[in-house]
Amino acid sequence: MSDPFPSAAPPIIEVQRLTRQFDRKIALNDLSLTVPRGGVFGLIGGNGAGKTTLICHILGMLKAQSGSVRVFGLDPIANPVGVLGRIGYLSEDRDLPNWMRVHELIRYTQAFYPNWDPKYAEELREAFDLDPKAKVKTLSRGQRARAGLLVALAHRPELLVLDEPSSGLDPVVRRDILGAIIRTIADEGRTVFFSSHLLDEVERVADRVAIIHEGRIMLTASMDEIKESHRRMTLRFRQAMSQPPALVGTLACEGGGTEWTYVCNGESEQLRRAAEAIGATVVDDSALSLDEIFVSRIQ
Amino acid sequence: MQIHITTHDKVPIYLQVVNQIKYLVAAGRLVAGEELPPIRVLAEKLVVNPNTIARAYRELELAGIVEKRRTAGTFVTDQGSPLARRERLKILTERIDQLLAEALQMDVNLDDVIKLIHQRSTVLNSSRLKEPSDV
Repeated sequence: MSDPFPSAAPPIIEVQRLTRQFDRKIALNDLSLTVPRGGVFGLIGGNGAGKTTLICHILGMLKAQSGSVRVFGLDPIANPVGVLGRIGYLSEDRDLPNWMRVHELIRYTQAFYPNWDPKYAEELREAFDLDPKAKVKTLSRGQRARAGLLVALAHRPELLVLDEPSSGLDPVVRRDILGAIIRTIADEGRTVFFSSHLLDEVERVADRVAIIHEGRIMLTASMDEIKESHRRMTLRFRQAMSQPPALVGTLACEGGGTEWTYVCNGESEQLRRAAEAIGATVVDDSALSLDEIFVSRIQ
Repeated sequence: MQIHITTHDKVPIYLQVVNQIKYLVAAGRLVAGEELPPIRVLAEKLVVNPNTIARAYRELELAGIVEKRRTAGTFVTDQGSPLARRERLKILTERIDQLLAEALQMDVNLDDVIKLIHQRSTVLNSSRLKEPSDV
């Protein structure tokens, strides 16, 4: 587990210059993204940023208008069986056949996957406390999400794709979902790709992150790199300034007079030297939460 | 082993784990020879990425607080070793430097800082004695 991203391994998802337009609206704008094999990749973005549209392309539910999408090195449109058979997917609205009972849903889904593990499915059903005779239609929101998660996991997919897995769920079910993500990647070589706007969740479980905004990727890096490369620095100047002097890598700045607070991208030491060079004293230097980094990046 | 993770804190998660295990060892709630939970188990319990726990354990190992025993697991080391003592003094020195810098900024002189340390030590010791002696 010392190196979660062996660069030599081919990426599990590779999206190149993907553009998608719905009528006049551009949903994805010349978007490129590489998801390495192994680990948890978190896609973060606000409502309407393009998260679900991107996921639909990865699953082959939408065809690229321009650009290309490769999953396991394959085109999901040309080779749906080769791609989907190796993916476990939980959609945001968890669309399951309402008229089935839980045990029917399990048997029905099993038929699609040669690698289905009935023992594991049964373990999950018990752990999630799902009544096999219950109709899917009658399940609570939380139990419905658990049923969706069961059928996404029981074939032990190489890639687990979750679209806003926690949205609208209580903390207990959210914990089950996050626990499933963690168990999935603890099995060597498996990859989880999940989208979320709940940044504390992403910060806990993701080891790599991409920020998507208005159909573009604003930033992609490992969680450690992101946390280490963003600082909030408060600078004190000898004279009052009406405008903050420029500092390299500034993403946002507020303040007034002799004290200005910068949110910037760079290593602490390097930023300190840059601050000194413009004649300022650093009076405060602190790390940022993922939340704050996200906000500064999409402004 | 009781560890609490928060993401509202600016401290990276791996460092929260490192700091809290250091604290548990210093407080005698983790003793030499005691085994830390396996990475997967702790990751699931805390709901954090297993790589984060692995990183925390590596840092603790580098600091001489725990040691990996081949195939057996990760164990708390004997803190009496000179290396561990040096490491502990190094951590404390960093903290003291921060404290002194803040005291200077807040215009509190050294004598008052020392007095305050004594006061806090008394408070801490009396509350420790009251704690139940379970493990």
